[in-house]
Amino acid sequence: MIQYALYYAVACLSVGMLLNLWRIRFAPGVVDRILALDTLVVNAIALLNVYGILLDTAVYFEVSLLIAMFGFVSTVAYCRFILRGNIIE
Amino acid sequence: MELFAEIIVSFILVVGGSFCLLGSFGLIKLDDTMRRLHAPTKASTLGVGGVLIASMIYFAAFADRISFHELLITAFIFITAPITANFVAKAHMHRDVKERDLPPTTGKYGWAGYDEIGDGPQPIDTK
Amino acid sequence: MIKRILLRVFPHPQLTAFLLLIWLLLVNNVTVGNVILGLIIGVAIPGITQPFWPNQPRIARPFKAVSYILLVIWDICVANVTVARIILFKSNANTHSHWIVVPLDLRSPEAITILAGTITMTPGTVTAMLAADASHLLVHCLDTDDPDAVRDEIKHRYERRLKEIFE
Repeated sequence: MIQYALYYAVACLSVGMLLNLWRIRFAPGVVDRILALDTLVVNAIALLNVYGILLDTAVYFEVSLLIAMFGFVSTVAYCRFILRGNIIE
Repeated sequence: MELFAEIIVSFILVVGGSFCLLGSFGLIKLDDTMRRLHAPTKASTLGVGGVLIASMIYFAAFADRISFHELLITAFIFITAPITANFVAKAHMHRDVKERDLPPTTGKYGWAGYDEIGDGPQPIDTK
Repeated sequence: MIKRILLRVFPHPQLTAFLLLIWLLLVNNVTVGNVILGLIIGVAIPGITQPFWPNQPRIARPFKAVSYILLVIWDICVANVTVARIILFKSNANTHSHWIVVPLDLRSPEAITILAGTITMTPGTVTAMLAADASHLLVHCLDTDDPDAVRDEIKHRYERRLKEIFE
C-alpha cells in the first residue's frame, strides 16, 4: 500500500515541478519567476524525501536540508536584488 | 500495528503530494501576482510538512531508525516560508504597485516601502 | 559579579539552549561528546554574534506559547483546505481579493514578527508590508466578502493571545 502511495506522491511532485518550470519559462514578471523558483525548491525537497523512503535510505535528509537552506538564501537574495539593486551593501 | 502505521503513512503521503501539486497548480491558475503568492506559501508548506512527517513515521515504524532530521527540515521550512512570502510581496510592490493603489494607514506615517521616518526617535527601540 | 560573568558567557541563555538542541537533532545521536560540542557551539555563536542582538526578547508566559503554537498548527491545516477549495472550485472572476489594514497594539518587534508570520501561514491571508512607524500591518486577503471581519478575527484570535504571551 505504501508503495502505491509513494508512486502517487512522486507523480504529484513531478507534475508540480513541471508546472513550476512552465511558470518560470512563461512568467508575466520577474517576481513570478522568483515565486516559481521558490516553489520548485520546496517541491524538490519533498521529492527527495519521498525518494529516500522509496529507496529506504537516510542519505537524502542532508541533501534536502542543504537544498532548503540554499533555496531560502537564493530567494531572499533575488528579492533583495530587486528591492535594492545589490545584495550585500 | 504494522497495518495501522502503513495506513497512516500512506494517507499522509497522498495528502502531502496532492497539496504540493495543488500549490503548483495555483501558481499557474490564479491571475494576479499577489493572489499567486497565496498558493505556494500555503499548499506547499502543508505538502512538504506532510511528506516529511510521513517519512519520520515510516522510518520509526519500519526501519527502527528514529530520526529527527525531518522535524528539523519541517521547522526550517515553516520558519522561512513567511519570510520568503513577505520578501516576494515586497519585491512585487516595489516594482508594480503604486502607493495610491493601497489603502492608507490611519497613522502618521505611510507604508514602510514608500515612506521613511528619518533620523528622529524610532518607534521600536533596538538599543 | 557572578551575575556579570554569567551574562558575559551566556548573553542569550535561550539561544544557547536552542543551538544545543539543534545540534543534537542534527547529529541525531545523544552522547557526552556531542553534548559538549553542542555547548561549545552554543556559547561561541551567541558570543561572536552578540552585536547583532543587543536586547533580549521577553516572554512573560511561556506556557501560553505552547497552546498558541498548537492553535496555529490547527489553523494551518484549516487554511490549506480553504485555499485548496478556492484554487480548485472558484473562478478567478469570482474571487474577491482585498487589501486589509490591521492596526497593531503590539509594540515588541518579536511579537510583531510572529504575528506577521502567523498571518501569512493562516487562512487566505499574506502579510505584505508594515507601516513605517510599525503601527499598522498591510495584509492581502485572497477571498473574502467582509474585510472588516477578517481584520477583527486577526486582532481577536492572534494579536490578543500574542499580547498575553509577550506583555
